Amino acid sequence: MLGKTANGLFWMYRYLERAENTARLIETGQRIALTRLHDSDAEWRSILQSAAVCEGYDAVHDSVTKEAAIDWMLRSRDNPSSVMSSVAAARQNARVVRTALTHEVWEAMNGTYMRVKDRLARKVSERDLPSALGAIRQRTAFVRGATHGTMLRNDIFNFSRIGTFLERADNTARILDVKYYVLLPSVMAVGSAVDNVQWETILRSVSARGGFRMEYGSSIDPRDIARFLILDKRMPRSLAFGVAAIRKNLNHLVADYGSRPPSFGMADHIERSYLSYDIDAIFDYGLHEFIQKVLSLVEELGRQIEIDYRFYE
Amino acid sequence: MEHEGIFDEMWGRDGVLREPYARFNAWFEGEDPKRLRAKQREAEELFRLTGITFNVYGRAEAEERLIPFDIIPRIISAQEWQKLSRGIDQRVRAINAFLHDIYHRQEIIKAGRIPERLISGNEAFLPQMIGVSPPGGVYTHIVGIDLVRTGPEEFLVLEDNARTPSGVSYMLENRETMLQMFPELFSHNHVQPVQNYPRDLLRSLMACAPQTASGKPTVAVLTPGIYNSAYFEHAFLADQMGVELVEGTDLRVVDGRVAMRTTRGYKPIDVLYRRVDDDFLDPLNFNPDSRLGVPGIMDVYRAGGITIANAPGTGIADDKAIYSYMPDIVEFYTGEPPILKNVPTWRCSEPEALAYVLDHLDELVVKEVHGSGGYGMLIGPTATKRDLAAFRKKLKARPGNYIAQPTLSLSTVPIFSRTGLAPRHVDLRPFVLVSPDGISTTPGGLTRVALKKGSLVVNSSQGGGTKDTWVLEE
Repeated sequence: MLGKTANGLFWMYRYLERAENTARLIETGQRIALTRLHDSDAEWRSILQSAAVCEGYDAVHDSVTKEAAIDWMLRSRDNPSSVMSSVAAARQNARVVRTALTHEVWEAMNGTYMRVKDRLARKVSERDLPSALGAIRQRTAFVRGATHGTMLRNDIFNFSRIGTFLERADNTARILDVKYYVLLPSVMAVGSAVDNVQWETILRSVSARGGFRMEYGSSIDPRDIARFLILDKRMPRSLAFGVAAIRKNLNHLVADYGSRPPSFGMADHIERSYLSYDIDAIFDYGLHEFIQKVLSLVEELGRQIEIDYRFYE
Repeated sequence: MEHEGIFDEMWGRDGVLREPYARFNAWFEGEDPKRLRAKQREAEELFRLTGITFNVYGRAEAEERLIPFDIIPRIISAQEWQKLSRGIDQRVRAINAFLHDIYHRQEIIKAGRIPERLISGNEAFLPQMIGVSPPGGVYTHIVGIDLVRTGPEEFLVLEDNARTPSGVSYMLENRETMLQMFPELFSHNHVQPVQNYPRDLLRSLMACAPQTASGKPTVAVLTPGIYNSAYFEHAFLADQMGVELVEGTDLRVVDGRVAMRTTRGYKPIDVLYRRVDDDFLDPLNFNPDSRLGVPGIMDVYRAGGITIANAPGTGIADDKAIYSYMPDIVEFYTGEPPILKNVPTWRCSEPEALAYVLDHLDELVVKEVHGSGGYGMLIGPTATKRDLAAFRKKLKARPGNYIAQPTLSLSTVPIFSRTGLAPRHVDLRPFVLVSPDGISTTPGGLTRVALKKGSLVVNSSQGGGTKDTWVLEE
């Protein structure tokens, strides 16, 4: 496979995952806005931070308003991580790697682009927002479904998955990073309405509310939330799950190519040294420091994969 | 259906249904136009979803556009095709012999059949190719011959595309679309298949591999990238052949071979089907600013380490100034009279011809010698006075840059318009593969159709559409 193709697959699936995650963040923000009595602009700021688009937003806006924040994350062409920009970038990459994709995946991707572009052609009204966000999640799931149902399990598939999980791990880590203080014991005021909303924000942003309830019932303990999102290997958006998935896919490449480049050792290291403890050890280490560390390690891992598999000249 | 003097391929000149269309017409008359209109829209949806688009240069807004597809097929009988394909075979044989001669002994010039300045002063002539013999002796691996028709027996060659002819993906996708939409049509009509083209292309390219290739030759398609107008086709062909689609940045010369950067390291390529122009192929040997090519590829090529398809320098054979000499060229190399005729052509480089052209500008079509895609040409009968005056100036300034041809009464084929069948002008580009094993033309080709009433310009960049092209079995 061409290095360029591996690069294109990696980014196609990263952008696809990003589009979905951003849509989910907007959904969460909207939900909070609707269930809170007073002004929720501070909440939108932290949503922008979770999506890592705050700096760009501030560069062209004077203040955070719900309407502007939603538009920035959903449609703005000036925001390279908006849903629209992400879907367009995913498709652009898909065009580059078209020969590596099955027809069904390409058509699903192209159809997704056409549909999303259509839905987001004009400003989305509050009334249309839920259905627009729902459509985005459905369309990205459609591409993922075509990928799972029709692609060979070879290196093409491995690079696609690595892109997906790097983006996802990064996304979950960022949400935790922005909201980590809510989970700290020192500010724990169990049962207060404010904190319940905060915890729900976290769980909703990673589609984990149902899963969490299944595991832990309806009582919400911040420690459980942290454990669920960081260490739970069954939770498909947890850090441990994401890094394990990257390691497994790198392992397929190691076996397939018959060589063991540094990136494999790095993924293995992150998993063993940071994601195999119990949650108390993480709180002892410092939740914030821990998340920062994992974020930077994952970023480094991404760069090493680019080098090991010759993404660029 | 008939309109004056113009030959319609379905209804002839006199409105009598022609034989190849008999079965189709019987089917068509039994169809509900509403259903057909819905099918037409369905076809467009299909094309858009598959991404069969082309990029229009200089239009940022409409980065990707669909080429309109018309559901009425263009039908050619087995007998008509036989004659055509013999003519094409002869012409392509002559083109390859001509290219070999021009880059070696230049017998045709010595024999006085074409003027020397036509070659030496020609931008399409590549001195770097002098004395180079491409692997298998093949210069033009893929050729697209543009034909027009003026009567039942009159097929004329309008242009020989011997550099990097495009459009073959439309031949294949148009057929695929028709098969999906009207399967019943194909059980009534016995249409020769075109679907083997990608397999034949791969086989043909492999047969041209250099001797250095060991085992199964590695083939790759070289594209300028996703912003190129024909990118879809490049990806389509690579995909259909199961080979890599590479860009200049994926390639470099490693140990005297051209190699592509893969996830496992550099892998040598034996045959490069390039869809990049000569000028951009090698910044070391040609245009130094090119980022599309591979530095040093020409040196590998000259040393016999890679096959480049088509060979560099083939443009000298489809140059519009050379075109007017094609009848002589065919005769010189094959010893036979040409089966396919040329369109009468005035070479504006010749003073007498220029004088005639200037006098009759409003009747003629004037083309740039090196132009393509319908850009920079003048269609006399429809041009405004200002256009004519402007062109007259250009002609006087650089007469050698132009040729002129009469406005032909091109044949028409009906399209499915809002009011039913309506005749529109068409041309035809069959695709030809050349290898040491022989020359083969896929039965069919790309039919381009001018969608505007009376228009003679069929180029997709100028608003033309396409049709499926049927060659019937005997």
